[in-house]
Amino acid sequence: MGSLSEMPVADTSTRPAPPARDDQTFSVVSARDLSLTFDTNDGPVHALSHVDLDVKRGDFVSFIGPSGCGKTTFLRVIADLEQATSGQISVNGMTPEEARKARSYGYVFQAPALYPWRTIEKNIALPLEIMNYTASERQARIKRTLDLVNLADFGKKYPWQLSGGMQQRASIARALAFDADLLLMDEPFGALDEIVRDHLNEQLLKLWQETQKTICFVTHSIPEAVYLSTRIVVMSPRPGRVTDVIESTLPKERPLDIRETPEFLEIAHRVREGLRAGHSYDE
Amino acid sequence: MTNSAADRIRDHIIPVATIVVAIIAIWYVGAIAMNAPFQRDLDRRGNTTSTTMEFVAKTLSQPKPILPAPHQVAQNLFDNTVMRSVTSNRSLVYHSWVTLSSTLAGFAFGTVLGILIAIGIVHVTALERSLMPWIIASQMVPVLAIAPMVIVVLSAVNITGLLPKALISTYLSFFPVAVGMVKGLRSPELIQLDLMRTYNAGTLATLLKLRLPASVPFLFASMKVAVAASLVGAIVGELPTGAVAGLGSKLLAGSYYSQTIDIWAALVAGSVLAALLVAAVGIASKLVARAMGAQTGGRAA
Repeated sequence: MGSLSEMPVADTSTRPAPPARDDQTFSVVSARDLSLTFDTNDGPVHALSHVDLDVKRGDFVSFIGPSGCGKTTFLRVIADLEQATSGQISVNGMTPEEARKARSYGYVFQAPALYPWRTIEKNIALPLEIMNYTASERQARIKRTLDLVNLADFGKKYPWQLSGGMQQRASIARALAFDADLLLMDEPFGALDEIVRDHLNEQLLKLWQETQKTICFVTHSIPEAVYLSTRIVVMSPRPGRVTDVIESTLPKERPLDIRETPEFLEIAHRVREGLRAGHSYDE
Repeated sequence: MTNSAADRIRDHIIPVATIVVAIIAIWYVGAIAMNAPFQRDLDRRGNTTSTTMEFVAKTLSQPKPILPAPHQVAQNLFDNTVMRSVTSNRSLVYHSWVTLSSTLAGFAFGTVLGILIAIGIVHVTALERSLMPWIIASQMVPVLAIAPMVIVVLSAVNITGLLPKALISTYLSFFPVAVGMVKGLRSPELIQLDLMRTYNAGTLATLLKLRLPASVPFLFASMKVAVAASLVGAIVGELPTGAVAGLGSKLLAGSYYSQTIDIWAALVAGSVLAALLVAAVGIASKLVARAMGAQTGGRAA
């Protein structure tokens, strides 16, 4: 982080030089004074306003906030699906566009977005085909990722033959199939019921520990954010901004019933306070 | 299975059969009414008097009736299909085949052309603005006006036979395919396109792996319209050429010699052909949908 502190405060035009990639303190995502304004017919909408944020290698960072707070927009800026209006952002030490072209992240959308004419296997093969993996390599990766999301027996099924939770797991497998060490997840379990969601949260934590990926996770569920994350970014709307960043004190090993512990409830309380603070002027 | 067979009879066969019976009944009444004045004239000149039944029978068995009775058309169809060698130039099977071959050629050209135009329009904004008005204008011109000119111009450069007729079919069939495919190629949802973008997929990969598969249902829907239009195009293409073969030439010859029964038989042959073509596209559509994993039964999970 030395390069950052050496930077002149007024100069925001240069990006910090990326440190070594295997460094645990390496910022996979680094945003400085990032703003994004949408021009709409009702005037400009400040989706993101002066966001400063670092996501470290191996972090599980949740973005939580009410709708309109820019959490999804921030994820889309990282993914180069939206472009920031001002400020800097680097992804793996590159611009988002370079990072996208280097295929350095996997993106999981709110909906599974599986192609209905492809079997689950073929859906997972889709990015591999586009990235020109060999057929044998594709087979190996399909098998590995299906095992990882517990869908080993469903490779030959079509998406409509699977439940919503299974479809979303398949879409996670698709995002894991190629070698991106950053996983961007935009409310992946938002449309699922509580029980399925608990189950998938547990699986996702296991998966994160096994794969050592860096995960950015958008949600509007406080328990989900607290249960999953090493850091929780609380955001508030109009303009979309970061109001609090909470470091989780929970251990890495997290059984589901950790959600009953005082420590968990304490963090959840702080998140709720942060959300309320961001909201108060609005009510 | 017996239950579904019974359902099938109730849901499909009975309604269709009812309409067919009604049409035939109206047709008979119409035939009697329309042929009666001529028959009356004939009877008066021949000084014959006949009972009502005899009179009705005669209106339904004229050699050149204004409106032939269904059984006369059926008899003609039977004589000119089953009873004749298919190579005979009086066989409707032969004439249907001549028309069918140019229909299929034109339909194939038209489908390919329509798909190519749609791909161009979806990828190049300038093409949409420049091409679309012309494409729509092309369909405003009556095919009866265009067809003779195409035939005459092409025969002037010694292109005759199947190709000019196929081109008229192409002219009619590319339009529904182009319009349907533009919609189909644009049917993928934003999220599916975003997904391709996160993979840094190029235009070609997005076309092949997303846009084309997503447009398949749209393609088949427009191909059903296109194949019927192709048949019309081929028949119209046979009218002005003095073509010696094909359903169009059969219609034209029939009208020259007032062979109304022949005309109606050719019309029926044409509509049977159209129904078969549309049904064939429908079956192809179902087979492709099944191969592409369309939902067929209950949910497995």
